[in-house]
Amino acid sequence: MRLLEYQAKELFSEYGIKVPKGFTSKAIEQGRKDAKELGFPFVIKAQVPVGGRGKAGAIQKCNSQDEFDLKYPQILAMSVKGEKTRAILLEKMAQIKKELYLSLFLNRGKRCYTVIASSEGGVEIESVKNQVIREVGLGDVDKRTAEEVAKQIGLGGNSVPEFVDMLQRLSKLTIEKEAELAEINPVAVLDDGTLLALDGKVITDDNSNFRHPELEKYQERSEIEVRAEKSGFSLIELDGQIAVVGNGAGLVMSTLDMLSDNGGKAACFLDVGGGATHESVYEALTLISKIKKVKAILINLFGGIVKTTTVASAFIQAYDEKLIDKPVFARLMGAESDKSKEMLKGTKTKLFDSVESAINAAVMEVRKNG
Amino acid sequence: MVDIFEILQGKPGDSDYNKKPVIVQGITGKFGSLHTKLMKEYGTNIAAGITPGKGGQKFEDIPIYNTVKEAVDLTGSKISILFVPAKFFLSAAIEAIGAGIKLLVAIPEHVPVRDSLIMIELAKKNDVIIIGPNTPGIMIPEIIKIGIMPASPFKSGDIALLSKSGTLMYEVANNLTEAGFGQAITLGIGGDPINGTRLIDAFDMVKDTPNLQGMVVVGEIGGDAEEILAQRIIDSNFKKPIVAYIAGRAAPKEKRMGHAGAIVYGNYGSAESKVSMFNKANIPVAKRPGEIPMLLAGKLG
Repeated sequence: MRLLEYQAKELFSEYGIKVPKGFTSKAIEQGRKDAKELGFPFVIKAQVPVGGRGKAGAIQKCNSQDEFDLKYPQILAMSVKGEKTRAILLEKMAQIKKELYLSLFLNRGKRCYTVIASSEGGVEIESVKNQVIREVGLGDVDKRTAEEVAKQIGLGGNSVPEFVDMLQRLSKLTIEKEAELAEINPVAVLDDGTLLALDGKVITDDNSNFRHPELEKYQERSEIEVRAEKSGFSLIELDGQIAVVGNGAGLVMSTLDMLSDNGGKAACFLDVGGGATHESVYEALTLISKIKKVKAILINLFGGIVKTTTVASAFIQAYDEKLIDKPVFARLMGAESDKSKEMLKGTKTKLFDSVESAINAAVMEVRKNG
Repeated sequence: MVDIFEILQGKPGDSDYNKKPVIVQGITGKFGSLHTKLMKEYGTNIAAGITPGKGGQKFEDIPIYNTVKEAVDLTGSKISILFVPAKFFLSAAIEAIGAGIKLLVAIPEHVPVRDSLIMIELAKKNDVIIIGPNTPGIMIPEIIKIGIMPASPFKSGDIALLSKSGTLMYEVANNLTEAGFGQAITLGIGGDPINGTRLIDAFDMVKDTPNLQGMVVVGEIGGDAEEILAQRIIDSNFKKPIVAYIAGRAAPKEKRMGHAGAIVYGNYGSAESKVSMFNKANIPVAKRPGEIPMLLAGKLG
């Protein structure tokens, strides 16, 4: 789960990491109250689950009520990289002497957590120079390691114990919340040497959600995604018109790639899991029937264990019950495919021997109907 | 260096050559029981099953025990396949390692990363090979199948097939088989961010397979396993033909594409990064699974 900045900062505060004073709102009425409480000047920050907000103009300084009334609605209505603003964070500005980078992240290749710190923060991690990197096993950072990192990034005076404290608190958060990434970028060094988390990014391990009911309030999912998850599926809504369904994440990704190579645009990515049964396909069609923009359905199933006829019967049931009326272009790999073709004659489901031909037919269908 | 073939097959002359006993943890569950039957049909010697509380019973003539220890003591098995739900995964894996299992095939999806990390640390200390979690399994076609893959796409031969994805591995095996390329060994490393056997580990395991003609690597977006593998191939001076495929070129960034591990952050985990590293290692990358046999044939000359 990727937390928004204000949510990450709620966790930071809970763990004793200092953050600027701020308030979060989702409508201008509440925003005006927050602005009054906070006092001008402050920053207006769009809460979106992607980076690049600064460049997109989704973070702006605000000095007066007039400016507020103009900018708040603009930023609330904004999208960054296709992600709509979820909320607005109003935050006090700090007197900054220097900006640092600090994160704990799961290093997949090395299979351990890694501390990354730098004396140059405020830019995306890929552009962060002079990175100090330390492997820390399951994420526990002892005092000595933290002190060494502080010195390596050139800190001195009271900023050293401040940094050690911040890193150890971040480590505790990472372990207890099962984060794959906990990043403070930038860390502000203030005039008096104290440190403040100016921005925060926390990504937790979705597979550990069952151990973290306290994080459930941060979960943001559409109705259809909730239903997909209940069925054990994985569904991602996309911008196009062709619903892409398959069994197994790799196979569906591969189908999406081939569709895109052929000029098609996917309306969704739907992985029904490793198996392919009558029930899973019927449930997939039920979910797709709720996505209005879908003009055609592309299905790529690699059976092997299940007979294709049991899958084919799911299409027939879906049409009979008027669950769907869109054409289906399907490739069903597995036993009894000739019999399945026979069963589906005269329906809106066409079976193809290769996924490439199913894709071509789906793309043609959508083009034909503009 | 472990010899995966010796673990899976034994040595010619062993009384149990090509009949190595395998135990199934979670044998009476819906998934565990289905695949126990299918593995047995394939010829895998399923010697025992574990379901706490059902010790003394039988499933398909296979004795069930309450603990892995009992099953290992009575059957001498060093191989276990694990089907328990993700929540109970870590304790089941710890039990297997403690009981002397040397190859653990971990099927469950949705295992928390922290549990995988803890298990891997323990496995390293005890010289245990973990395949998975979230793996379709491992097989030597026509000899032994320890996993959930369907039998029909796979055929005995001399190509090694390594894959992050399950169904895509079946698809590619099917393409290879139809083109006349049987497989010496096929191994799914799993779609999780943390794998007991990484792509480089799998490469090291199979690279010295006798009579190996070539290798196919099926990767996908997320992490840097493919990049690390490409570097290893460059450094190892491995001369046999390798063809790669990467799924997820068209996937949006920062979205988890079905697999817990299939997510791109910036350039980290992107298809471009993987393809360019394979290119650097002089490994052709297929645009679609159907193209793999052709590229392999080209490399084999």
